[in-house]
Amino acid sequence: MNHNEHEDGKVDPYAGLDPVVNMSGLEIEPLYGPDVFEETDFARDMGRPGEYPFVRGVYPTMYRGRPWTIRQLMSLGPPQECNQRIHHLVNMGATGISLCLDMPTIMGRDSDDPMAEGEVGRCGGVAIDTIQDMRDLLAGLDLSKISINFVSNSQSTVILAMFCALGLELGTDWELLSGTMQNDILKEYQAQKSYYFPPEPSVRLILDTIAFCTRNLPKFNPISISGYHLASAGATPIQELAFTLSNGFYYVEKAIEAGLDIDEFAPRLSFFFKAHNDFFENVAKFRAARRIWARTMKEKFGARNPASWRFRVHTQTSGSSLTAQQMENNIIRTTVQALSAVMAGTQSLHTNAHDEALSIPTERSEKLALRTQQILLYESGAASTIDPLAGSYYVEALTQRMEAECEDIFRTIADMGGVVAGIEKGYFQREIAESAFRYQESLERGERVVVGLNRYVEEEETEIQLREVDPDFEKNKIAALKAFKEQRDPEQIRKRAEELRSVCESGENVMPVLIRAVQEGMTLGESVAQMKDVFGVYREQAIF
Amino acid sequence: MVFQKMLRILIAKPGLDGHDRGAKVVARALSNAGMEVIYSGLHQTPELIVHTAIDEDVDAIGLSILSGAHNTIFPRIMRLLEEKDVRDILVFGGGSIPRKDWPPLQALGVGRIFLPGTDTREIVAYLNEALLERKPDKGAA
Repeated sequence: MNHNEHEDGKVDPYAGLDPVVNMSGLEIEPLYGPDVFEETDFARDMGRPGEYPFVRGVYPTMYRGRPWTIRQLMSLGPPQECNQRIHHLVNMGATGISLCLDMPTIMGRDSDDPMAEGEVGRCGGVAIDTIQDMRDLLAGLDLSKISINFVSNSQSTVILAMFCALGLELGTDWELLSGTMQNDILKEYQAQKSYYFPPEPSVRLILDTIAFCTRNLPKFNPISISGYHLASAGATPIQELAFTLSNGFYYVEKAIEAGLDIDEFAPRLSFFFKAHNDFFENVAKFRAARRIWARTMKEKFGARNPASWRFRVHTQTSGSSLTAQQMENNIIRTTVQALSAVMAGTQSLHTNAHDEALSIPTERSEKLALRTQQILLYESGAASTIDPLAGSYYVEALTQRMEAECEDIFRTIADMGGVVAGIEKGYFQREIAESAFRYQESLERGERVVVGLNRYVEEEETEIQLREVDPDFEKNKIAALKAFKEQRDPEQIRKRAEELRSVCESGENVMPVLIRAVQEGMTLGESVAQMKDVFGVYREQAIF
Repeated sequence: MVFQKMLRILIAKPGLDGHDRGAKVVARALSNAGMEVIYSGLHQTPELIVHTAIDEDVDAIGLSILSGAHNTIFPRIMRLLEEKDVRDILVFGGGSIPRKDWPPLQALGVGRIFLPGTDTREIVAYLNEALLERKPDKGAA
């Protein structure tokens, strides 16, 4: 059955159907057919898994060779408690860990900073002030075995310095340290808003970490270019795709300009996407991303190393899709989203706990989320063969369509002078706010159905449960920090601070100096303060 | 037709928390409902928020807090308003603020608190009602 029917004078069975629009605003046909392959050259456009242009996956054997990394995101305010939870998750079968930082750490401030009052160790993040906190956080873990992902952005140079310093203390060879630093500042200006330096020095610090890791930590991903936060702030899947890739290309351009060899650094660039509710749109987003990245890296930037062409991606199911209403429905949402990420060929995956709309997960909900992945891996059959959705008329048509839309957005960004100009003009922020508002409107008008939220609604009283942080934790943390500072050599700290300012000014790589500084006991807040003095701070124009 | 003086609302993001999706959606919805909205932008201190509120002569301050710092920030804003002898600005809020924390905040004079997932029309209706009650000279007769 195909579209020819109406040409023979027969009735078109699809003519009177209501239009369906996906989350990106693309109209979806009621039926797709083989015509989607009219212009397809399978060798050129799809290739085999592990081969250019990687549409079918970045590795030849995908999950048959090695399952995706089950990487659960977690954190608790006190580093020692957070450490216990890491051990617990590892014992339950997690093969990687993502760690969130508390808001003061994210904003480059120590626990004793006046702006940190009331926020220390909250918001599901661990409070890191000093190398001692890093020791407590990672105590008893074999850093050559477990891969640690730091959800760290503006303060990444300091966190990386502490991680490297800890590696030295523990005698773990830097070459064996594996993990990821999120370290993607562009999406901070665009969506998540935890920036402090202006874009130019921020990007320079990222290039410092890329150069440093390329030379010293070959198994560590110095950056995870993230669409997840763009989508959480409201970006549609097509915006997430286009903005993330254009941010990625910006870093590549800047790294090349800084004299780095593309085929040395590009293989360690990694990405982070959201798996949202629309299963097929999600799959198409990943497939399109792989093809665009591979083609651009090869053809535009001239990368020769096939590893430079690979779009390796971590996925998180959609926190913003979770409802506070009829919370258990979120288990089903998360499962569908996780399955789509697996069918899309993700390299690692975090599944959200179903109670996250109201609280930091409990141990019980956290375990259920982990088990969801294990059930998908071992029971669903989704991992039995490589790229099971390839060749689906719908999936391939949607992939082509998203790719084309993406090119339009690239042109818009180029026309306004590139990514940073777009940030300064508020383009991304406006686009994302607009999408967020349109989404809310579509819910309130009932155009988009969310079960339990605007249809099949039940009377219930939901309660937010913020994970109780020990009320004395903030006070104790500040006292411990004070004691830590007192046993330092102030002369050493002063010297290290001077050194840090000097490399910030000269443009030399900050990493070696920062590692010495944190070893001497310089705090995160002190390090960031020195850098702010040199680089200044960024203020955005508030748009809604 | 009755001449209508617009309600002026300050939507503010206090503290270090950068989750601004809710604040922006609410700001836009209030603005579409005919209110004049000032959006503070991020990382505002309570002092700055109160200063802006007085400077801009607003009728209400809406605080968006998703960081868990609400028990620190609301009381400080209320105290600052009191110190400046400002009694006619309604303070309300939204975000991840557990119900069990509402009564002590409301005892300080904080108005309604809205949880994530709230229909924006509910917020519009609340402000119209609460502020017209406070200021009978404003709004439609």
